[in-house]
Amino acid sequence: SDSDSEEEPITEEELAKLKEEVEEKKKLIATLRNKPWKMKKKLSVLKEAQLFVEKFEGALGKGKGKKFYAYKVMMTKKWMKFQRDFENFKTACIPWEMKIKEIESHFGSSVASYFIFLRWMYGINMILFGLTFGLVMVPEALMGKPYGSLPRKTVPRAEEASAMNFATLWDFSGFAQYSVLFYGYYNNQRTIGWLKFRMPLSYFLVGVGTIGYSFMIVIRTMARNANEEGGGDDTSFNFSWKMFTSWDYLIGNPETADNKFASITTSFKEAIVEEQESRKEENIHLTRFLRVLANFLALCTLAGSGYLIFFVVRRSQKFALEGLENYGWWERNEVNMVMSLLGMFCPTLFDVISSLENYHPRIALRWQLGRIFALFLGNLYTFIIALMDEINLKAKEKIVKYNISVWEASLYNGTIPENSTAPPIHVDPADVPRGPCWETMVGQEFVRLTVSDTMTTYITILIGDFLRAVFVRFFNYCWCWDLEYGFPSYSEFDISGNVLGLIFNQGMIWMGSFYAPCLPAINVFRLHTSMYLQCWAVMCCNVPQERVFKASRSNNFYMAMLLFILFLSTLPAVYTIVSIPPSFDCGPFSGKTRMFEVISETLEHDFPSWFGKVFGYASNPGLILPFILLMVLSIYYLNATSKSYKEANLELKKKLQSVRNR
Amino acid sequence: MGNKQTIFTPEQLDAYQDCTFFTRKEILRLFYRYRDLAPQLVPLDYTDKPDVTLPYELIGSMPELKDNPFRQRIAEVFSEDGDGNMTLDDFLDMFSVLSEMAPRDLKAYYAFKIYDFNNDDYICKSDLEKTVNKLTRNELTPEEVSLVCEKVIYEADADNDGKLSLEDFQHMIVRAPDFLSTFHIRI
Repeated sequence: SDSDSEEEPITEEELAKLKEEVEEKKKLIATLRNKPWKMKKKLSVLKEAQLFVEKFEGALGKGKGKKFYAYKVMMTKKWMKFQRDFENFKTACIPWEMKIKEIESHFGSSVASYFIFLRWMYGINMILFGLTFGLVMVPEALMGKPYGSLPRKTVPRAEEASAMNFATLWDFSGFAQYSVLFYGYYNNQRTIGWLKFRMPLSYFLVGVGTIGYSFMIVIRTMARNANEEGGGDDTSFNFSWKMFTSWDYLIGNPETADNKFASITTSFKEAIVEEQESRKEENIHLTRFLRVLANFLALCTLAGSGYLIFFVVRRSQKFALEGLENYGWWERNEVNMVMSLLGMFCPTLFDVISSLENYHPRIALRWQLGRIFALFLGNLYTFIIALMDEINLKAKEKIVKYNISVWEASLYNGTIPENSTAPPIHVDPADVPRGPCWETMVGQEFVRLTVSDTMTTYITILIGDFLRAVFVRFFNYCWCWDLEYGFPSYSEFDISGNVLGLIFNQGMIWMGSFYAPCLPAINVFRLHTSMYLQCWAVMCCNVPQERVFKASRSNNFYMAMLLFILFLSTLPAVYTIVSIPPSFDCGPFSGKTRMFEVISETLEHDFPSWFGKVFGYASNPGLILPFILLMVLSIYYLNATSKSYKEANLELKKKLQSVRNR
Repeated sequence: MGNKQTIFTPEQLDAYQDCTFFTRKEILRLFYRYRDLAPQLVPLDYTDKPDVTLPYELIGSMPELKDNPFRQRIAEVFSEDGDGNMTLDDFLDMFSVLSEMAPRDLKAYYAFKIYDFNNDDYICKSDLEKTVNKLTRNELTPEEVSLVCEKVIYEADADNDGKLSLEDFQHMIVRAPDFLSTFHIRI
C-alpha cells in the first residue's frame, strides 16, 4: 500500500496501525446502511470515511467495487422477487384461501378450522373421484358393451315407460340405475375392448385402493399434525408478538385492512380467553362432582337413545315381515322419524349438560363432538341393519333362478330336444327376467341417502340461518322485544354439528363407493357447492361466538374421528367382498362364488406360474401370523422410543427456559 | 447505460446507494414518487441539495401508508423535525429501513421508536395501551386492554422496571417469526 508523502518517515507500527484504521473505515462504509442514524449523519460519516481511505490508499477502484455491489444487489432482489412470485402462485393454487382467511378474521380460527377441514376432504374426494371415474366408469363406458346389448344393461320392459321420468331419475332408478353409475351395469367379461382392459380386476382394485389410499392419507395427516404440534410451541412471548408483529405493513387496501383489524381483534380475544381460563381458580371438588354428574347424564341419554333405536328397528322388522301395507304412515316411517327427532333434540340436551362442566371452550367442543358422535353411531347401526335385511335374499335368488329356467323352456316351447344345438332365439334383453341385484340396491340406498342428506343440510341452512336472520333483521322494528338480543337472535355457526355431518357423510361415501362408483363424483359436487353456500351463509347470517377460542393447531381430534369412521365404513365392504356371494347376473363379479376370486383368476391367466406359487406361499397363515406379531412388536418399540424422545424434549425446553430467565 | 439523469450528481447517487438498501434505479424511482406527492414543491434538480420538506398530510396519504394505523408515528420517527414533515433524505431513510433487505436489528431499533409514543426511550403501559387500541380500533374493553398490556410487560420486561427498554424490546422481537415479514413496506 502507498504511504502518504508526508514529511516524517512512517514507522512499521504506525503503518500497521494505519492499515488497521483503513480497514475499519472500509468496513464502516460497507455497513453504513445498517446503522440506525439519520441520513445526514450517514452522509457526513460516509464522506469523512471515504476521504480518509482515499488519502491513505489511493484510488480504491471505487468504480469496480460499486458496480459489483450493485450487480449483486440486483441479482438478490431478482431472486427475492422470483421467490415471492412463486409463493404467490403456490398460494393462488390453493382454492378458497381468501375466503377462508376472511372467515378466520371475522369468526376466529375454530370456525375456520371447519372450512379448512372441508377443503381437505374435497381434495381427498377429488382423488377418489379420479380413481373411480378414470379406471372404472370411463373404460366401461368407452370399451364395454353398450346399453341395450345385455339384459343387465337394459331397463326391463315393465319399467320402460317410466324410465325417463324426472321422479324416477331423481330416485336413481330407470336409466340412472342401468348405467355406469351403479355396480349392476358392469359386465363380467375378463377383458374388454382392444386394450384388453381387465374390468373386474380394475373394479376390485379400485375399490380396495380407494380405501387404502384414504387410510394412508388420514394417518399421514395425523402424523404430520403431531409433528407440528411438538415443534414450534414457543408461547413465551405470545402477547408481545401479537402486539408488535401482527400488523402487516404491506397492507395497502382498505378492505384488507378491515379484515386485518378484525383478525387482530379476534386473535387478541382468543388469547385473552386462554389467559382467563388458565387463571381461573377452581373449586376442585365441586367441579369434579359436576363433571361426573354431567357425564352420567350424558351416558343415560346415550343409553336411552340407543335402546330406543334398537327397539324401533326391531318393531320395523316385525312390520316388514307382516307386510307394510297394513300399517299407517307413522309405522312405515317410524325409524326415520325417530332418528331425525333424536338428531334434533339430543345435541341441544348435550349442550345444556355441558354447561355444568365448565370446561375451556375448546375442550367442551371436543366432549360435545364425542357425545354427538356416539349418538350418530346409533344412526349408522340402524342403517346397516336395514341394508343387511335387504341383502338376505338367498331364498329369493333360488326362486328367480327357477323362474328363469321355466321362462327359457317356454321360449323353446318344447320344439328342440335337449341334446342338440340350435340357433339361439333372439330375445330382446329388456324382456329377460332379472335376478335380484343387491349390490345395485345397496348402492342406490347410499346415493339416495347422500342426496337427501345434502338437501336437508342446504334447506336447514336456508331456513335455519338465512330466513331466521332476515326475520330478525326486518321484523325487529315492529316486534315487542329486541329480537337481536333475545330470542331468536342471529345464529352462531354450529361447529360440532357441521364437522360431524362432514365426517359421517364421508363415511357413507366410503361404504358405498364400491357399489356405486358414481358416489365420489356426487360427493365432489356436493362439497364444492357446500363450500360456497356455507361460506356465504357464515359471512351473511351468522355472528361470531361470544367466546372465540383458538382451534388447536393440529386438527387431530377431527382426524381421529375420521379414522374411526373410516375403519367402521370399510368393515361392511370387506365383509361383503369376503363372505357374501355376488349376485349371479349383474356386476363384474357375477358367476364367481366370491368377489376376491378375481385376484386368483388374474394370477392364473396373466402372471407366470411361479408368481402364483410365490403368492400361495406368502398367503400361508404360518407366514402371516409371525409377520403380524413382528408388526405389533415394532409398534410397541416405536411407541416406547417416541415417549422417551418427548420426555427428553421437555427436559431441554425446561433448561432453555431457566437459562433465559437468568 | 450512461448517467443521463440530471437530478443528482453521480457522487450523490453513489452516496445514497451506500447509505440505503436501494440501487441507483430504485433511488431515482423513489425520488419520482416523492416528487409526485407535490410536484410544485419539489424541484427536479437536487444537485445543490435544496431544503424541501413535504408536510405530513401528503406523506400519510401515500397508498402504501394510508391504511397503516401507525403511519403518523412512522413519519414522526423518520422525519427530521419529529412532526412528520419529511425531506427527501428522511423519505429514503424510511423506505430503506422498511425494505426487505434491512436487517433485523435495524428494524427492531426503529420499531421500538415507532411504538414509543411519548418518545421517552421506554415503552411504558400507556404506549402499550395506545398500540393495542390502534390495532383493534378500540374494540376491546378497557379490562381486556389492561390485561393485554400487563401480559406484555410480564413477558418482555427483563429488568423489571415496569416498562420495556430497547434491550427488552430487541430481545423479545428478535425471536419473533413474523417480524421481518410484517415490518416491511414494498415501494
